[in-house]
Amino acid sequence: MGIAIYILTFALLLIGLYGVIAKRNVIKIILGVLIIDYAVNMLLVLIGYRRDGVAPIVSADEDVKKWAAASVDPLPQAMVLTSIVIGLGLAALMVAMAIRLYQKYGTFDMNEIRRLKG
Amino acid sequence: MKQQHGMTSIVKNTARLVSGFIAIFGVYVALTGHLGPGGGFAGGVIVSSAGALIVLAFGRRLATKVITDEVVHVADALGASLFLLIAVLGFLTGAFFASFIPVGDLGHLKSAGTIPLSNLAILVKVGAGLLGAFLALSAFRLAGKEPSS
Amino acid sequence: MGAELLIVILIVFMLVAAVIALEADDLLSSVIAMGAAGFALSVIDLLVAAPDLAITQVVVEVIMLVLLIRVVLKRRDTAAALSHDLLRTGISLLACGVVLAVVFFAFGGLAENGPAGVVPPFGEPVLAGGNATVEPGVSKDYLEQTVEGTGAVNSVTAVLLDFRAYDTLGEATVIFASVLGVYALLRQIGRRKEHLTL
Repeated sequence: MGIAIYILTFALLLIGLYGVIAKRNVIKIILGVLIIDYAVNMLLVLIGYRRDGVAPIVSADEDVKKWAAASVDPLPQAMVLTSIVIGLGLAALMVAMAIRLYQKYGTFDMNEIRRLKG
Repeated sequence: MKQQHGMTSIVKNTARLVSGFIAIFGVYVALTGHLGPGGGFAGGVIVSSAGALIVLAFGRRLATKVITDEVVHVADALGASLFLLIAVLGFLTGAFFASFIPVGDLGHLKSAGTIPLSNLAILVKVGAGLLGAFLALSAFRLAGKEPSS
Repeated sequence: MGAELLIVILIVFMLVAAVIALEADDLLSSVIAMGAAGFALSVIDLLVAAPDLAITQVVVEVIMLVLLIRVVLKRRDTAAALSHDLLRTGISLLACGVVLAVVFFAFGGLAENGPAGVVPPFGEPVLAGGNATVEPGVSKDYLEQTVEGTGAVNSVTAVLLDFRAYDTLGEATVIFASVLGVYALLRQIGRRKEHLTL
């Protein structure tokens, strides 16, 4: 069961890679990059999971040593938290580029844009 | 009744009522980041979604009379500078980013050293930054639809 | 075992949503499928005991949907109905094969036991001392020193803003740079029009 989860996450990353390389529409390329972002975030969070683990927040009057031995890993969660917000900034930047492309060439099709650019 | 900018009056009144609560909730989530789930980044995106609600419901022209572009840009830069200031002030107790406020009792709001201040700085920075990007992107209109006025 | 099965079901749901997003003819449908994938990711975050991530993922997903729908409304993907581009599909399959091969060999492909021997099993975090054969790393110290070292109750916030605050400064700079990029791209030079057409 464990190795199947990792294989499925890599499959999601490969689907995103296919979307970036093989699609002609700019919006589909943007969606491919976002799928790669989701897959990487998910992989990082899944690495830090402890079986039947508790959240990394101490309840009141709890033994810290016992909680620290039963909690999930907080380090990947901290890195992924900022990565999610950076993914939103990345999406905004790509949408701005798509808007500019449409203003200049009138289409979202990459082959048309390459033909018109010359 | 002449149709103004933005959406219908039901949407506008609901947005007026709800966006204040969303913004307060975002500040709450950011300030109690050291006592429960959340923190500066989660609070920042919640505050920016409250601003996005106002921009969507009222149209960009009316919304920028209240949330002007200059205020958003200045808040963005202020948030980043505040975070850097907290880092540099750590030199007072020895090193970069060291905590210069004593660690208080556990579970109170005023505890955990510089973490609540850092959460506030990150809240301002992320909220204003994402709201500014949203404002810049909403200045464009779909071709073929005449502006409602 | 129940939580892991649910995680597998949700990842399969995300795979199906991603395939729909990339192959749909109507661009609005593909953006909505992306939104469904994002919400499924948020539920996975809840199942893996990461509440901060679930909050942030839901709100970020909603804002991203608003941005994408704004651009995509009433447009169709006219290129998908035309002939399929076999060359680019072939190149993308080749790239996927290369990535798979690199990952396979990086995780100890041809050693004994294969990847299952090198990759730590799911559910045993190596850095936090979950694996019996590997030395625990930094996360164990972070978890144990959260309460008396920083006074915070939330360990993720303590790691982000106290133990690893320098990385948070870098991430705030990256967000700043991407927002500046949006401003720079969408600046109007010259005569300022009230509403620009897209």
